[in-house]
Amino acid sequence: MTLLAVERIKLLSTRSPWWCALTALVLTGGFTALVVSQSNAQFPATVSATQYAYSFGMAVIMVLATLAVTTEYRFGTIRTTFQAVPNRAAALAAKATVVALIALVIGEIMAFLSWGMATLIQPEADLALNSTADWINVAGVGPACALAAVVAMAVGILVRHSAGAISLVLIYFLAAENLVTLIPGIGADIFKWLPFNVLHKFVTGDGESAGGATYGQPLSTSTLSPWWALAYFAGFAVVLLAIAITTARKRDA
Amino acid sequence: MIEAQSLTKRYGDKLAVDDLSFTVESGRVTGFLGPNGAGKSTTMRMMLGLDNPTSGTVTIGGKRYAELHHPLRTVGALLDARWVHPNRSARAHLSWMAKSNKISPKRVDEVLDIVGLSEVASKRAGGFSLGMSQRLGIAGALLGDPEVLLFDEPVNGLDPEGILWIRKFMQRLADEGRTVFVSSHLLSEMALTATDLVVIGKGKLISQSTTEEFVARATDSTVKVRSPHLDRLRPALDRVGATVTTTDDGLLVAGVAGEKIGELAMENQVTLHELAPQQGSLEQAFMQITGDSVEYHADLETEAAEQPAGHAAVTN
Ligand SMILES: Nc1ncnc2c1ncn2[C@@H]1O[C@H](COP(=O)(O)OP(=O)(O)OP(=O)(O)O)[C@@H](O)[C@H]1O
Ligand SMILES: [Mg+2]
Repeated sequence: MTLLAVERIKLLSTRSPWWCALTALVLTGGFTALVVSQSNAQFPATVSATQYAYSFGMAVIMVLATLAVTTEYRFGTIRTTFQAVPNRAAALAAKATVVALIALVIGEIMAFLSWGMATLIQPEADLALNSTADWINVAGVGPACALAAVVAMAVGILVRHSAGAISLVLIYFLAAENLVTLIPGIGADIFKWLPFNVLHKFVTGDGESAGGATYGQPLSTSTLSPWWALAYFAGFAVVLLAIAITTARKRDA
Repeated sequence: MIEAQSLTKRYGDKLAVDDLSFTVESGRVTGFLGPNGAGKSTTMRMMLGLDNPTSGTVTIGGKRYAELHHPLRTVGALLDARWVHPNRSARAHLSWMAKSNKISPKRVDEVLDIVGLSEVASKRAGGFSLGMSQRLGIAGALLGDPEVLLFDEPVNGLDPEGILWIRKFMQRLADEGRTVFVSSHLLSEMALTATDLVVIGKGKLISQSTTEEFVARATDSTVKVRSPHLDRLRPALDRVGATVTTTDDGLLVAGVAGEKIGELAMENQVTLHELAPQQGSLEQAFMQITGDSVEYHADLETEAAEQPAGHAAVTN
């Protein structure tokens, strides 16, 4: 508990998490408003459509998570941290927990803000959350962001430099996975199992929240069920974090 | 008490610390002296468990750093004053450190007061001058009221007032019975601060002794001699194996103590106008001692003799 409080003080006593949170909210909120206000009889607003921009917010949250650890390396405070808490595994696990919790909160605010705005912009549209799929599509954004943040932080621990780690995380998240589909023959099969594609499956399911797939976000090609998809990504995040922590324990701070 | 045993650190091909063994006693200020790149900071990082020794161990009160419970309460350290997030306030910086080792939040204000930063406690640390950053670093070191304090070049970049403040401060900490280990590359600075000295060069131990002994060894090597009868004194000096250099107004003699020169003069009925140990060459002598630690014993005396006399020690 002490270590969680320490990491919370550290994270919230600098400005960048606040800026990142604000950026995530403005970006997803703005984009959602744009999409939803353009809806019409042919393309009705759906629950899925209100979360169209969640991945932008998630990208910003991953930047926040990466910076949470790379700035410690940049300014040397990681050494002060390890000096105060020589058990590096405990210190870094606590940091990952705090970062994940903050990502969870931002993710939920982001998702419900987008959904709430949509209900105001299109009062007539059927945006009620009346199925599990609807709920997961909105409330599931938080846990998805939390796990994505852990992945980003693990990359931050491994790479240590802000620019390098952020580029790696964003290029992978926004481009690299999709590029895999271009590999002839096996590309699509590999893509099915790539982590962020699987995570997207958790959020969007089979498109039930889009009222028949056409009126929402593009769907994931993963064949897992939403809950297995979440478990799969969580496993990926934990393994990556374990690798990062093991590395950090062995090398010089 | 700090104890290093055969401490060795290799970075790739570079042997930064080479089989270093020494002890640091409590109740005294022990200087850790060596030229740039000697391995002082590396040794201190290993003391704090930040860098892993390639081989050997260093213990604090018999324990490795990682074994200490709430280590900030046992060891306070200022290795680099810039290890602070520039957007965090001084108080926030100390608060998380205190929290991590279950130190009362009241102590944060106490140490801020001790180092004189109370007024800027809620200002961004990034806006601090170097002197203020050093003070914040010292506040962090004092936070846990530790038995052992490590400072890496704490006076670097400070003005004379700041230097004096730190010097007095470290002496007070030692008087309270604490172990104070402070590094520097300036013998002149350490001569004023430390009672004991651990001297290293190129990662190797050169000497561990009291400061007095080391200073004596570093400076006694040359004596300035003026006399109207140098033609008679010189052969006598040569016979006892002294290294003699002629200068404008006399001789510079190395390898023989001043007393011995006086006796030789007496035996040879030589009048002396001046017989003066060259205290001024403190820093130069030190540079020769550490400059090439391996060949030091062979070279110190001749090189010291070749130095022009009377060059004042460089003080920071
Ligand atoms: N992380 C590192 N990687 C590679 N080499 C290193 C590393 N840290 C130190 N060194 C090398 O080890 C040697 C000792 O460095 P160190 O910083 O310990 O010296 P120092 O005595 O503190 O010097 P200074 O008075 O300049 O602070 C130097 O040659 C340095 O280049
Ligand atoms: Mg150094």
